[in-house]
Amino acid sequence: MRRKTGIIVIDEKDNVATALETLSAGAEVSFEVQGHVEKIRLLSDIPMGHKLALRDIEKGEAVIKYGERIGQSTSRISRGEYVHVHNVVSQVRGERSR
Amino acid sequence: MNFQGYRRQDGKAGTRNHVLVIPSVGCSQDVARAIARGLKGVVYLPNVAGCGQMGEDRALVKRTLVGFGTNPNNFSVLVVGLGCEELTPDEIREGIIPSGKRVDVLTIQDVGGTRKTTVLGRRIVKEMLQDAAKLSREPISVSDLILGTECGGSDYTSGLASNPAVGIACDMLVAEGGTVILSETPELIGAEHLLAKRARTPEVGQEILTAVARCENRAIAAGQNIREGNPAPGNIAGGITTLEEKSLGCIYKAGTSPLENVVMYASHPATKGLIYMDTPAHDIEQLTGMVAGGAQIVLFTTGRGTPIGSPIAPVIKITGNRQTYLKMKENVDIDVSKILQGKETIPGAGRRIFGEMISVASGKLTEAEKLGQRDFCIFKMNPDI
Repeated sequence: MRRKTGIIVIDEKDNVATALETLSAGAEVSFEVQGHVEKIRLLSDIPMGHKLALRDIEKGEAVIKYGERIGQSTSRISRGEYVHVHNVVSQVRGERSR
Repeated sequence: MNFQGYRRQDGKAGTRNHVLVIPSVGCSQDVARAIARGLKGVVYLPNVAGCGQMGEDRALVKRTLVGFGTNPNNFSVLVVGLGCEELTPDEIREGIIPSGKRVDVLTIQDVGGTRKTTVLGRRIVKEMLQDAAKLSREPISVSDLILGTECGGSDYTSGLASNPAVGIACDMLVAEGGTVILSETPELIGAEHLLAKRARTPEVGQEILTAVARCENRAIAAGQNIREGNPAPGNIAGGITTLEEKSLGCIYKAGTSPLENVVMYASHPATKGLIYMDTPAHDIEQLTGMVAGGAQIVLFTTGRGTPIGSPIAPVIKITGNRQTYLKMKENVDIDVSKILQGKETIPGAGRRIFGEMISVASGKLTEAEKLGQRDFCIFKMNPDI
């Protein structure tokens, strides 16, 4: 049985995690990566179901969830920071494939 | 790895041993139901199509009914027609014959009405039942399984818990040499390029993009742009940032294997591994297409809960929402809500789902089977005439 961690990481390639409850700035959350537990100090409040950065993400870098790109960062995002529409943009929104 | 299944004459393997009654047209549906009534082991399709479809739709209906007939979950088949319908029961029978199973045909206008056809039909299916009872389950490799995947009544728990866990189970089946069908084209929108990237060849990748474009164009022709305004404000408030993220939450349920092939609605996969079938998002039409394509078992994730089941394939329902599980236990088979409490890992839940899938493939009844849920609906492109 694992203890409560507050966040969920879906794929080991992900650079974001999802909050399983509403979390406050300053709180410490943990996640398991390849058998060992890593801890993160939150820099922002994260509403339940919303995302936080697992590591520093440079401006223009791919944001990875499900092991795949879900978008691109529009500014530098620090580990523990809130990740959402204010700092991530879709690569496909409004475009159609032919 | 093996499950306990039924070996068929064409070499395929069933997870069930049904006698199936197929009404080849809506007009014979009620007689088909009367033939199957009260007979354990006999199922019928609540089919309303078979007349009034043109061109492409006629082919779709035929392929679906033949696909249900040839599905290895059936021991033998009785096709019940009316006699004046456009798609004849003999055409359906001829399509099923290559599977090697017994297929009989009754036509209401030839036999002479409801009562006579029902009496004759019940005599035939009882005979088939006796023969079916002589066949026993035997160990069969899981590489013979075609697993359908689906999600319906999704909520925030689907993309975070049940879909990723089912994805693990799918990867396990593909690693064992089995086949997984991913479908539901409207739900690919925004992530189709990511799936195309996983395609075995550039041609297969292009087929995915074409399927999505066709689906979007059909919606646009009907006055709706699916992509516009997506993710919706409600999605964004719930934490979904981009369209890619929203669609990935859905397609992740088929795991991370390379995409081997793209097939049309109700078509049989020509290769093993991960297959994409071009189906609508309509839950029952999608389920029907995958089972007609040969799926002998289905993993179905739901956030809000759904009663859906197939007449011939066991449908295992999985939820990541504890409240839904408690409220709708009689419709849901597996609770993976511990993932969201941090008390079970996604791979752990995935292994549990895989184990349950083997048990169900070997005969354990699903909740939908206990309830006698037999949802069936054929996707059509055009209005009937």
